[in-house]
Amino acid sequence: MTDTVQHAIDDPDHPQPYAELGLKPDEYARIREILGRRPTSSELAMYSVMWSEHCSYKSSKVHLRQFGEKKPETAALMVGIGENAGVVDIGDGWAVTFKVESHNHPSYVEPYQGAATGVGGIVRDIMSMGARPIAVMDPLRFGPLDAPDTKRVLPGVIAGVGGYGNCLGLPNIGGEVVFDETYLGNPLVNALCIGAMRHEDLHLASASGVGNLVVLYGARTGGDGIGGVSVLASETFDADGPAKRPSVQVGDPFMEKLLIEATLEVLHSGLVEGIQDLGGAGISCATSELASNGEGGMHVWLDRVLLRDASLSPEEILMSESQERMCAIVRPENLDAFMSLCRRWDVEAVVIGEVTDSGRLTVDWHGERIVDVPPRTVAHEGPVYERPYHRPSWQDALQAATPDTLPRPSTPDALRATLLDLVGAPNLASKSWVTSQYDRYVLGNTVLAQPEDSGMVRVDEVTGRGVAVSTDCNGRFAKLDPYAGAQLALAESYRNVAATGAEPLAVTNCLNFGSPEDPEVMWQFAEAARGLADGCLELGIPVTGGNVSFYNQTGDVAILPTPVVGVLGVIDNVERRTPMAWGSDGGVLYLLGDTRDEFGGSEWAHHVHRHLGGLPPRVDLPRERALGEVLISGSRSGLLAAAHDVSDGGVGQALVEMALRADSGARISIPVGVDPFVLLFSESAGRAVVVVAQGDEARLAEICTEQGLPMARIGDAMPQERTLQFDGLFAVSIDELRTVHEATLPAVLDA
Amino acid sequence: MRVGVVTFPGTLDDRDAARAVRLAGGEPVALWHGDDDLRGVDAVVLPGGFSYGDYLRCGAISRFAPVMTSLVPAAQGGLPVLGICNGFQILCESHLLPGALTRNGSLHFVCRDQRLRIENTGTAWTRDFVSGQEIVIPLKNGEGCFVADDATLDEIEREGRVIARYLDVNPNGSRRDIAGISNARGNVVGLMPHPEHAVDPLTGPTADGLPFFTSVLTALVDAS
Repeated sequence: MTDTVQHAIDDPDHPQPYAELGLKPDEYARIREILGRRPTSSELAMYSVMWSEHCSYKSSKVHLRQFGEKKPETAALMVGIGENAGVVDIGDGWAVTFKVESHNHPSYVEPYQGAATGVGGIVRDIMSMGARPIAVMDPLRFGPLDAPDTKRVLPGVIAGVGGYGNCLGLPNIGGEVVFDETYLGNPLVNALCIGAMRHEDLHLASASGVGNLVVLYGARTGGDGIGGVSVLASETFDADGPAKRPSVQVGDPFMEKLLIEATLEVLHSGLVEGIQDLGGAGISCATSELASNGEGGMHVWLDRVLLRDASLSPEEILMSESQERMCAIVRPENLDAFMSLCRRWDVEAVVIGEVTDSGRLTVDWHGERIVDVPPRTVAHEGPVYERPYHRPSWQDALQAATPDTLPRPSTPDALRATLLDLVGAPNLASKSWVTSQYDRYVLGNTVLAQPEDSGMVRVDEVTGRGVAVSTDCNGRFAKLDPYAGAQLALAESYRNVAATGAEPLAVTNCLNFGSPEDPEVMWQFAEAARGLADGCLELGIPVTGGNVSFYNQTGDVAILPTPVVGVLGVIDNVERRTPMAWGSDGGVLYLLGDTRDEFGGSEWAHHVHRHLGGLPPRVDLPRERALGEVLISGSRSGLLAAAHDVSDGGVGQALVEMALRADSGARISIPVGVDPFVLLFSESAGRAVVVVAQGDEARLAEICTEQGLPMARIGDAMPQERTLQFDGLFAVSIDELRTVHEATLPAVLDA
Repeated sequence: MRVGVVTFPGTLDDRDAARAVRLAGGEPVALWHGDDDLRGVDAVVLPGGFSYGDYLRCGAISRFAPVMTSLVPAAQGGLPVLGICNGFQILCESHLLPGALTRNGSLHFVCRDQRLRIENTGTAWTRDFVSGQEIVIPLKNGEGCFVADDATLDEIEREGRVIARYLDVNPNGSRRDIAGISNARGNVVGLMPHPEHAVDPLTGPTADGLPFFTSVLTALVDAS
């Protein structure tokens, strides 16, 4: 029997399974207080999904406010945090929107579908701003490469990302693949999408205009993903917990492709007043958010929803996370035209409700009222927790365990062996096993893609205006010092964008952490958020949106704190982009920035010694800004033939990556008085290797002096040679480097 | 010269194909899968993608699309048609070309810059190449393994209908390293790699793909 509002009034003490739905007793009490009665089962379903950690940000909200409070002044921001995705003005009447989201837990349970629907969800977020999706990127993290479960999870995730993205026709232009044992039971599958639009095409998710119609279109609603948000994304996997496996959503990329085309056509034809994607919490989320952002009222006839499974109950329909659905607010006079465009793309659409001025979200099921709530209490006024947090008891000991006493290679042979060991280390080895499964060419606007420092796509074919995006995070740095670690992630991403010649404009983030109920994890989160907000203010680029993923832990063991930072930059003409490697003209190699003896959290300490301790590299954001200025102005003036960020693995790894990309050699002279080990493997921030033509050294010196940026000549590119030679130390052939670099992933994953 | 570019609902590379036609000097004309009107075009490109989702055998449904009911007889009558990737699969399913494209040997989707050798410069789509010319263009497919029985393979080899072969690496397990074939008349060509993604070194590995599109314009000029 359907639990109606009248039943709820008549039978106020009917016991309800709020705990099973993930609500705490005080949260349930608050719902009763809001409604002045017990909720109906449908209302309970809506509140439970919308007040879950994943949808309500109840543990993170108080910390995320800093991104708005510390927002730097910038003219570029058109839409800030709070909408589906932030929107940035990139000039010439163009705007871009970009956002990164997590799909971590579903991808552990069912790697292919979890990853695929992660891509689908973020693409719909971008579409709901009125933008055409133009590229995707995927920052991924897995357990150790040689762990048996990695062999289950990783290939499925990669196939899912590729299978879905390739079928949508979106180039995959970058991302990350990182291995660490803390991700073994908690892989991180973050998905980023970039969209472009003309300024006038910007749309927001609001239901305005009393009498306007609420149209649900796209795939039919089925039983998949029910409880996915509240149960899957918000609770830790316990060894002896209940099996929660059937709730991963299943994706249909072909339907998503149709949905993209149909959505863009109805938007550009001016047929839509407001639009919202259906992701986590499905219809509950879309209707309550649209209503609370608009006139404040909406009525829904839930029995009109087209179903894949006719036996679904109203509660299940409200909670279903079936993929490839969108919700639009359409004027009655535009309905026929809207429906006709949907038919052209074979997309089913149905009017499920209308905008009212009642201030209530009401839902009927076959003529009976089953929901009657103030929509803001569902969508925006969920619980907010000031979770207790404190510096972990082990933090001091961790920072005291410096890498200074680890044995270092001192002979030329030992340095050579270390370089090769790192070049083949899972975190530094070639990721082409992964990226070759992604289409990077579709749409014909990809100017740079992996393994370049950032992905870059052309937005305007006439002027050549484009955008560059990079995502980065070293979770080991964040573990050693979450405040600094978040800033180092920001700095690296900023540097990667600047290295291609683009000017950084905006930031998105995906904050992946363990359980917020653990005060030590909560401290990591609070510190990372504070560090990121302070860093964005310092670098003058605002956070435009993002996502928080908590409960990434198995038992008591949390993942490395992993605040993934994405930076987006604009370039006025992609023709002048700076590649990462020298061309056939060669050039002179310079190292910009300071190299210090900094090995805490480094790949060398991790891979060679399985050591994590000490402090991460020093953060110097003014220095990052100065370096960015040199990289950008050097691109504008045509001075830089190539530039490559120095980060994981240090200068040695950077040089190897450049040589492999150029497919030719270089001759490196380590300056007198410098410890070769430190120069080659330290991971000091604020550095890049650049290449200038012979004769251009003075021009480079001039702009570096202007910015107070140290520079040191470290060698020459040798485009005719096949060896990377370190004078007085050792030499390695390009072929040997390539063999080592490219063998690691296939050796395990194709075995 | 007007070159039609067919869009199925799941077509992905139609914009790229239209751009390639334009860069080659032709006029791209949009053709819709649900419409049997070829709009008087002088040649047709069937671009890559997933036509109707391709959850069934790739191209198996597209073969029955309204646009194909006009295109098949037109191709049999000599209209130049180039099928790229999914377009190649559709041409095989439509029996305009022999053989079939099956799942890659690796069982993975593969995207790479692929070296090819142009084996036949006598077709409508390859005449601007030099025989034996080696080119590099993107390859990206999950089901690009060309198969046919030995008698068919012998026949198309004998008739010089293998128009391009993979060099260095056979990326998908295709029989005899075959990357593309033509029909006997040379007006219909199927190619697994993507020349439309290699028309400008800014966005592709090379501009080696452009001659496919200039070839058909030259062929049309010569024929008129």
